[in-house]
Amino acid sequence: MFDYESLKLLWWALIGILMIGFAVTAGMDMGVGGLLLFVGKSDNERRVVINTVGAHWDGNQVWFIAFGGCLFAAWPMVYATAFSGFYFVMMLTLFSLFLRPLAFDYRNKINSPRWRNNWDKALFVGSMVAPLVFGVAFGNLLEGVPFSFDKFLRVTYTGTYLGLFNPFALLSGVVSVAMIIMHGGTWLVMRTNEQVAARSAKAAQIASLVLIASFALAGAMVARTIEGFVITSEINTTALAIPTTKHVVTELGAWMHNYKLQPLLWSFPALGIIMALIAGLMARAGKGALAFIASGLSVTGVILTAGTAMFPFVMPSSSVPDHSLTLWDTVASQYTLSVISIVALIMIPVILLYTTWCYYQMWRTVTVEEIIQNNHSAY
Amino acid sequence: MINDTLVELSRWQFAITALFHFLFVPLTIGMSWILVIMESVYVITGRQIYRDMTQFWGKLFGINFALGVATGLTMEFEFGTNWAYFSQYVGDVFGAPLAIESMMAFFLESTFVGMFFLGWDRLSKRQHLTGTFVMALGTNLSALWILVGNAWMQNPVGSEFNYETMRMEMISFSELLFNPVAQVKFIHTAAAGYVTGAMFVMSISSYYILKGRDLPFAKRSFSVASGFGIAAILSVLLLGDESGYEAGAVQKAKLAAIEAEYHTEPAPADFTLIGLPNDKEMHTDYSVKIPYALGIIATRSLDKQVTGINDLKKGNEARVRNGMIAYSYLLKLQAGEKTQENLTGFNETKQDLGYGLLLKRYTENVVDASEEQITKAVDDSIPPVAPLFFAFRIMVGSGMAMLCLFLLAFYFNAKRVIEQKRWLLKAILFALPLPWVAIETGWLVAELGRQPWSISEVFPTFLSVSNLTVSDVLTSMIAFISVYTIMFIIEMFLMIKFARIGPSSLHTGRYHFEQAANAPSGLRQQTLES
Repeated sequence: MFDYESLKLLWWALIGILMIGFAVTAGMDMGVGGLLLFVGKSDNERRVVINTVGAHWDGNQVWFIAFGGCLFAAWPMVYATAFSGFYFVMMLTLFSLFLRPLAFDYRNKINSPRWRNNWDKALFVGSMVAPLVFGVAFGNLLEGVPFSFDKFLRVTYTGTYLGLFNPFALLSGVVSVAMIIMHGGTWLVMRTNEQVAARSAKAAQIASLVLIASFALAGAMVARTIEGFVITSEINTTALAIPTTKHVVTELGAWMHNYKLQPLLWSFPALGIIMALIAGLMARAGKGALAFIASGLSVTGVILTAGTAMFPFVMPSSSVPDHSLTLWDTVASQYTLSVISIVALIMIPVILLYTTWCYYQMWRTVTVEEIIQNNHSAY
Repeated sequence: MINDTLVELSRWQFAITALFHFLFVPLTIGMSWILVIMESVYVITGRQIYRDMTQFWGKLFGINFALGVATGLTMEFEFGTNWAYFSQYVGDVFGAPLAIESMMAFFLESTFVGMFFLGWDRLSKRQHLTGTFVMALGTNLSALWILVGNAWMQNPVGSEFNYETMRMEMISFSELLFNPVAQVKFIHTAAAGYVTGAMFVMSISSYYILKGRDLPFAKRSFSVASGFGIAAILSVLLLGDESGYEAGAVQKAKLAAIEAEYHTEPAPADFTLIGLPNDKEMHTDYSVKIPYALGIIATRSLDKQVTGINDLKKGNEARVRNGMIAYSYLLKLQAGEKTQENLTGFNETKQDLGYGLLLKRYTENVVDASEEQITKAVDDSIPPVAPLFFAFRIMVGSGMAMLCLFLLAFYFNAKRVIEQKRWLLKAILFALPLPWVAIETGWLVAELGRQPWSISEVFPTFLSVSNLTVSDVLTSMIAFISVYTIMFIIEMFLMIKFARIGPSSLHTGRYHFEQAANAPSGLRQQTLES
């Protein structure tokens, strides 16, 4: 059995990996869904766009399912607090996500422009609401969320649902959407040709610029106007998971502490910005593969920036800061973490292997000619 | 105290969304293997018609699959959104099978389902078949892990309450995995899925045979489905999950409620075929009984008793009182009085803490509960009799009817005279809803029978809810009902449309509506369009 402290750190890393996996894979097809209406003008062009991800979107979406499932198992309190606290926002995300499987699978079943246009709009909504909401949710995590526990550790959320959409959180939403659009755009540059690729390249460039600007602005706000959280009591990293016994204060700019202590962390925001720039430039030059890789690295950099700034917090409480959830005290028991660690450490590499095989088998530039030829079997 | 209306609404929402999700999942589970069988025959024999069968039934599979995926997301969200305290209290145990399910099974299923639909021209025959097999394997593994989780709710083995973290914690993963309830549940539920897949293919094939269309295609499909189905229905009925009802007191209460057995009868007990359970007078009116059958079915023996509700309640009353003691020790421990006496006292009584928590529905002050409150908690400890009594009989009745149909279908199909038995084909066509009737009532028996617990004997359902307002849940429930209704209409529209067109929808030029002789037809026009 591993020691408790290492397991807690491991699961902070694994939750992060699952989140990055979700953003890089499902984020890509969500970006594609978000761009569908704008880069595909005719039905055949739209089918080109959809067929670049047709075989993969469902597998990609499981990164999100796995993220949720692992959150439940490894950080049950975070799962309970975030999902019930953000109730209507979560419901909004859920209902928008319903649209994706239906749109992908049903769109080609009937050859009517109205039917197909409606599913295209559904795919747009289904692909854009989730990144927006997850960005907004991340913004709220940085600001702290009003919740507290009673002595039986039952959680109560005391904020309003509309309060979640405050200016900083909306800015985080913009970061997230720009990142996803850039990512989907570079994918389409790589996997399509002619008009669709040209329009996608333009979209990816714009999105990369929006990402750089909004990410830099959000960073400045975190440094200057947002109150971060600091644990002032001694941290016992091997203690049982009880999130109510520590002492926490809020402090302007406290999220920059980790960056002051460990300047190497600056490489994450640098990665986010420089790679976004490269992604935009490569998209402009028509080098789709390089653009997509840069975009994936940029996405990774952005998520790591936010995650490491908050370390060891994962969900701070703005109303009762002492009840904030940190990676040390919201976790499952040592035994359970050991069990799911073994599964995760074996399964994640296996998943990456067969997923890569599937992508490899389906790899090609999707063209309008191909769609016309496979009129009845393509999506 | 927790608002009763909030609890009721949360339960209704969960039941609606779970039952709806469960319309699509069993068909996916069953059809995935039928597709594997058809595609295997194609790869082995190289005959095009089997490829057409795989692709056409795969099309219907896909229409169903999309809704399974969409509604499955709800289940992933709902434990957190609506059952937050449940997630906190048992997430350490219950979360693990869900996490493992996503990593070990759902990735496999979802990654290869894309290969199944779009990989025909890009993979070799063997690669594609392997992909289809892996997809089916993933689907079934997924069911296994979900049922391991569910079985723990029914019979919570391998775990212990930790008063410091205020939650159940896992102490043995192997006990969780080899939970006897998990084993019978998996076999029963997976086989029920196979029956659903088989009935679906058999019923729709009957329609084509009755219409005299695409006979070689329809008869081959019928053969595969009837063969697969007869094995499946026998598994469901012979390996029904009554055998799991021996494990734990809650399963016993469920069994007593199913049988409306108010008083313990001498072994082996009679089986009440039908009747009208009367809770007030505690007996079953107008009952028709089969001697000894219940004892044999439920205990697999002639000498073990099936405990009646009256006796179960007596036992539960003692446990509620013991639970009050456990609760008083818990309060002391929480206040920091971790003396040896308090620890020993708590450890000796904590197996009944859950029964003490039942009182929280009536009083915050569990330790000083009145006699009247104790009586109410004891009454709560037995699930509702009449719904279970009828749901169980509807489930078994549907199963028996399907058994007859599968036996006849198999027999006449083997004798190669199925085409002439139009009455049977019609019966099979109209019996299409039966597997769903059985499955949905089966879910009710399993989950309503678990009440008043979310985790049997450990954690009451009413305590499990999130701290939301009634209007929060009412709003989301109305949204679920409306959106699910629309989704269902769209799904049924496509399903019926493609089932009616049949293999002509593959555009191979070989099937009914594509033959010049059958033009013009209303359906033909549609076929050529899509």
